[in-house]
Amino acid sequence: MKLDSRIPSGPIEQAWDQARFDMKLVNPANKRKFNVIVVGSGLAGGSAAASLGELGYNVKCFCFQDSPRRAHSIAAQGGINAAKNYQNDGDSIYRLFYDTVKGGDFRAREYNVYRLAQNSVNIIDQCVAQGVPFAREYGGALANRSFGGAQVSRTFYARGQTGQQLLLGAYQALEAQVDAGSVKMYTRTEMLDLVIINGKARGIITRNLVTGQIESHAADAVILATGGYGNVFYLSTNAKGSNCTAIWRAHKRGAAFANPCFTQIHPTCIPVSGDYQSKLTLMSESLRNDGRIWVPLKGGDKRSPSQIPENERDYYLERRYPSFGNLVPRDVASRAAKAVCDEGRGVGETGLGVYLDFADSIKRLGKNAIEERYGNLFEMYNRITGEDPYTQPMRIYPAIHYTMGGLWVDYQLMSTIPGMFVLGEANFSDHGANRLGASALMQGLSDGYFVIPYTLGNYLASNKLEKVDTSAPEFAATTKEVNDTIARMLSIKGKRTVSSYHRELGKIMWDNCGMGRNAEGLTKAIQQIQALRQEYWQNVNVPGSGADLNQQLENAGRVADFLELGELMCRDALARNESCGGHFREEYQTEEGEAMRDDENFQYAAAWEYGGENAEPILNKEPLEFKYVHPAQRSYK
Amino acid sequence: MNLTLHVWRQANAAAPGRMERYDARNVSEDMSFLEMLDVVNEQLIAESKEPIAFEHDCREGICGSCGFMVNGVAHGPQRGTTVCQLHMRHFKDGEELYLEPWRATAFPVLKDLVVDRGALDRIIAAGGYVSVRTGSAPDGNAISVPKEAADISMDAAACIGCGACVAACPNAAAALFTGAKISHLGTLPQGQAERSRRALRMVEQLSLEDFGACTNIGECEAACPKQIPIEMIARMNHDHLKAAWQTRGARKSGGGE
Repeated sequence: MKLDSRIPSGPIEQAWDQARFDMKLVNPANKRKFNVIVVGSGLAGGSAAASLGELGYNVKCFCFQDSPRRAHSIAAQGGINAAKNYQNDGDSIYRLFYDTVKGGDFRAREYNVYRLAQNSVNIIDQCVAQGVPFAREYGGALANRSFGGAQVSRTFYARGQTGQQLLLGAYQALEAQVDAGSVKMYTRTEMLDLVIINGKARGIITRNLVTGQIESHAADAVILATGGYGNVFYLSTNAKGSNCTAIWRAHKRGAAFANPCFTQIHPTCIPVSGDYQSKLTLMSESLRNDGRIWVPLKGGDKRSPSQIPENERDYYLERRYPSFGNLVPRDVASRAAKAVCDEGRGVGETGLGVYLDFADSIKRLGKNAIEERYGNLFEMYNRITGEDPYTQPMRIYPAIHYTMGGLWVDYQLMSTIPGMFVLGEANFSDHGANRLGASALMQGLSDGYFVIPYTLGNYLASNKLEKVDTSAPEFAATTKEVNDTIARMLSIKGKRTVSSYHRELGKIMWDNCGMGRNAEGLTKAIQQIQALRQEYWQNVNVPGSGADLNQQLENAGRVADFLELGELMCRDALARNESCGGHFREEYQTEEGEAMRDDENFQYAAAWEYGGENAEPILNKEPLEFKYVHPAQRSYK
Repeated sequence: MNLTLHVWRQANAAAPGRMERYDARNVSEDMSFLEMLDVVNEQLIAESKEPIAFEHDCREGICGSCGFMVNGVAHGPQRGTTVCQLHMRHFKDGEELYLEPWRATAFPVLKDLVVDRGALDRIIAAGGYVSVRTGSAPDGNAISVPKEAADISMDAAACIGCGACVAACPNAAAALFTGAKISHLGTLPQGQAERSRRALRMVEQLSLEDFGACTNIGECEAACPKQIPIEMIARMNHDHLKAAWQTRGARKSGGGE
């Protein structure tokens, strides 16, 4: 497989301008002749569909939820970064670029990241104009807060519901295009396969989740913006429906999957409380601005937090990382929490938790100020745990949150399948081995509003695409495969539920491919997953039929794909004999327990090619070049 | 604790529905309501019965997917809480719970507790946006927004589109939902250019869907999991009345763009 990243040459500051100038354009009157499929309606998909519809393309947009507004971008709490320097605190596009490359532990593409930092300022402008109610100062100007991994305040926010408000902005723009007739929305419709004709992506096969109807849709280009795959761990902060099916099935059709093992564990989530737990809830990283993280100094200290005097507490982040303190990046904060819990100093019934304490901030700023900043988060915490964080510290523990890996894309966001583009969390692009807080929203909107409108036009204008409709034999052939898989799943009627397999897979992944990984565990996990997958196809019980609304069947297809992806993640983690960002191989650490990268041997993006059923995947490497930010051991001390 | 559930079961939009009785055993008080239903469903599958269909996604009260009636109350007994965030510690051992889908002509039942809320998307499509071409926006700080306006706007924008307001309303009106969007955009400077048109078109769409009329009962405010105040309906009525007055007898002008 040839990986042509199409990274522009020349100075990084002018690269995107030059690339845009070099791109071919589609004449305004010709745009309506092109059909474009967008799968997913979150920040990336919603903004892409709206912008492409506005340009005049014929757009079909698909989501599995009942409305495009439900996409999981909605749950992002804390904020969105932009290099506006409104605070006069020394921010710049170059600094956001630098922080992101460093935060990603030198495993992202410099040119992509620079473009992201450039687009960040336009995103804020666009969203303000749409009526996103960002927090304001009394003078009417936009307010900012700070976030992990940065020493400037560049995060824009709308209370603790920034993702919701940005998504509603994109959703409203999308509905305006639906009203204008340029976008046709297909809700409760799930993509089940990609159709390739003459080597190019030319359509998708979908299932209507209400009627069970399998349908074909033809197009000139297909855009996947279907989010991340954190639910491979079963318990994560993702929505229950978040899945890897669209990208995984595209992978099996030839799209390389890059850095699958790069997963982000978020340090501030509400700890697990029982076996029935169905998901984990994030408490925004912004809480680390005013909350102090600590555990008892001595192991096994079961006193209530208020009984533990100041000198018997260990504010371990402030102690280990005095310059960033509680605001170290997510990977560092998560590992530090795991370390103190492994030492037996964790809190709460399970011992898997640390305190996030607001007592000092409430004393300093007053309860009202804290309520204004975090009121909805405190309420959410109270609803879930029954405890009041105004009077006792929150208990938090790391949980799977985001996947930096995803389908490999070039600088123009096109996958290794010509005509198939991948946006947002679904691609592997900009965050390297660790994403900084408030950068996911930025990337989704950058891809959708400000990259794909240009690069899609370039693809359509520089390729002579033959006319294709759903009567092409490739549609019939792919439809048959989809139908066969569904029929096979329904016919097993075994002894175990879909969820029971998902939970078991999640446990294997968390134990062996989670916060700490080692060769022995990963090797064992690969075998366990293979065995579990084999059992799944013999013993799963998917009730009902394929001819109506069947949530078990929907989930069964998703879990089947997770059972394959999980293995690839372990293989990727095993092949990367270094620690970087969220990928922490226990064999490769410094004496102080920090991640030890191996730039000589692993300064590349791992792009895995599907090898076929029961065949091993093939590793392709895209070497990464660092011309501007020189790789060094990340230090937040 | 152990609970008795009576759940509305309906195969599809055309089929008749009925209440069915189920036992929920060994429910932990730390479970969410939906986790309790997960456990009941696993049990049903084990008994070769069809699991209960209910809608859910984020399970943290923000996506707006979930929602059904618990003992006649939208999202159940805890104020300001979606059913996914409702925890079982609010129930007592031995309680009997009646679960029903949102009841409104505008929300046809698709299966069990799942309804079609597509009408809400169509209301937004009728004008619930600010028309701004991607890439054409001025600098973010060029538009000054007083903090008070931003706060009111955000209060309205917090709507998650779950449909509880419609389900709680004896008239099955969608006034709080529509009023929230009209208020969100209408209180911001960015929303002024289309303010009249927005109010006229969205209210017109309300009457094209099968929603009832608002008679200021206030059940919507009480049921809203985001506690959006009923004043948003007053704001909508204000904008609508003003727009209707302004455009009274106005002739459509032709030509140009």
